[in-house]
Amino acid sequence: MILILEQLLNGLQYGVMLFLLAAGLTLIFGIMGVINLAHGSLYMIGAFAGTWVATTTGSFWLGIPAGLIAAALVGFLVEATVIRKLYARDHLDQVLATFALILIFNQMIILIFGRQPIFTPLPEVFYGSIEIIPGLFYPPYRLLIIAVGLLVAVGLYFLINRTRVGMLVRAGSTNRDMVRALGVDVRLLYTVVFGLGALLAGLAGYMTGPILAVQVGMGEDILLATFVVVVIGGVGSIKGAFVAGIGLGVVDTMLRAFLPTILRGFMAPSDADAIGASVSSMGIFLLMAIVLLIRPKGLFAAGG
Amino acid sequence: MRKLILPVLLIAIFALMPLIAELVGKNALMTLSARILMYAMAAASLNLILGYGGMVSFGHAAYFGVGAYVVGILYSHWMSEVPVFGLFPGSNQLLVTLPIAMIVSGLAALLIGALSLRTGGVQFIMITLAFAQMIFFLFVSLTAYGGEDGIIIRRANEVPGLNMRDKTTVYYVILVVAVLYFAWMWRVVNSSFGQVLKGIRQNERRMEAMGVATYRYKLYAFVLAGTGAGLAGALMANFLRFTSPDMMHWTKSGEMIIMVILGGLGTFFGPILGAAAFLILEFYLADWTEHWQLALGLILLVVVLFTKGGIMGVIARLKGGRE
Repeated sequence: MILILEQLLNGLQYGVMLFLLAAGLTLIFGIMGVINLAHGSLYMIGAFAGTWVATTTGSFWLGIPAGLIAAALVGFLVEATVIRKLYARDHLDQVLATFALILIFNQMIILIFGRQPIFTPLPEVFYGSIEIIPGLFYPPYRLLIIAVGLLVAVGLYFLINRTRVGMLVRAGSTNRDMVRALGVDVRLLYTVVFGLGALLAGLAGYMTGPILAVQVGMGEDILLATFVVVVIGGVGSIKGAFVAGIGLGVVDTMLRAFLPTILRGFMAPSDADAIGASVSSMGIFLLMAIVLLIRPKGLFAAGG
Repeated sequence: MRKLILPVLLIAIFALMPLIAELVGKNALMTLSARILMYAMAAASLNLILGYGGMVSFGHAAYFGVGAYVVGILYSHWMSEVPVFGLFPGSNQLLVTLPIAMIVSGLAALLIGALSLRTGGVQFIMITLAFAQMIFFLFVSLTAYGGEDGIIIRRANEVPGLNMRDKTTVYYVILVVAVLYFAWMWRVVNSSFGQVLKGIRQNERRMEAMGVATYRYKLYAFVLAGTGAGLAGALMANFLRFTSPDMMHWTKSGEMIIMVILGGLGTFFGPILGAAAFLILEFYLADWTEHWQLALGLILLVVVLFTKGGIMGVIARLKGGRE
């Protein structure tokens, strides 16, 4: 029972990470109509920039603004130079151009930081683990991630549903052309949305640093899972990204944690581990295929 | 007659490549040339659905990998003399393994296509990617066939009367299969089936209104594309004498799309020129700097943002003609 609870928390933590990435991606997707494969690169840049500042200054907390600012700046730059040219293009060109961006960013990171993974120093507050309920010890840093993720979710909820910018965002993801026809400066809106997405990606990247290794290719690993979240949740829907993100995070973590053990009941341990690991990796894709076959537009698709 | 110039020229270049490689003393040139042929076939099969049919499949490497694995699995069963699934024996005969590779990858495409084609747009891109990832992880989990490490094929499949231990012979076998494949592809894209496919890309609703069962046509094309990639993959397994899940990694699907776009979407010779350009670029850039992907990324970005219609588009503009 304790074990299941612990894995549930791990799933929640992975889920909010996916949400941070998916929230930006789904808005870029829904409002600008751009498939941005380079979103994982922004996540990587946030992680590298933040970690670099954290290790040089020795302060974990200084890394947060550094990661956020770096990711947002690169995001603005990318939007202004490349993405802006892609709005009117078809999906194929967008996939290719942003695929090219992945290659470019990965190599630039290798040029600057090398191929070795780097590690983020954790402040001492987060050492050890705390007892949340009797018998359940949990690392406080993971709790911090969950808290930050949920806070961002609440913040985004208010931003989207209670502010003027949020209104434009909602309108944009429902009917882009109508918003433009009404005289809204969509270019500014696009830049803001892309910057916001980059910011969230950078935050996610820096926060995951201490848990996973900060290395080249980290963006691609999580990018596919993020796209699955966006598609299952419904393109353009923050709510969908939240539900699907948490859902997928939990499902994926649970499969990874328990499937090999269950399979060991039927087969040799080494086979069980290999099959368990890859079936768990398949899990989210299978889920996406099933969801799309039942609801071709995803769970909470915005617009018509 | 003018139509024949490019194909004859291409065949002549590829046929002379082993001699040229020997003359300049660079064996790697023949390997490069063989890779171009096989990737051109895979890219051409993708072009059938992507360029002619307008279906953006982001999982084409899966069929390529399935084709390669059919060769690898049949070979390992032939070595161990254990029947596949306890039903039929393995094989090391190219004339047996190639058709089986095409059939199996075609069946995979049938299953995936039948489900994926019910969606469209972004969802289609993502669902084809999802299925390809599932196949990727399926092969990673097959510990009986090497799991992540894949299968080593000690000797290329045999063809009666040929010495397949000789790399040059293997090269010419690949060339013959490729020429036959492209001749067949020429017939497909110029048939009424090809016309319907182009019609669907331009306006699916109109085709439907004209009484064409568009779903069925798209599915046929999807399956044909799968068999083509499977054939190319089967040849690749023979050429490399190795097969692994890496062959169907999603970035490989991305590379195939790049080749098609680079050459020219929906053009017959585009995939050949695109595969050649991509692989030659990779070959020389990798020779020049370890960070060749940076250069590749920049070139790709420029091609996507500033050229229209890839290499074939540039050729058409140079000739002053209209495509």
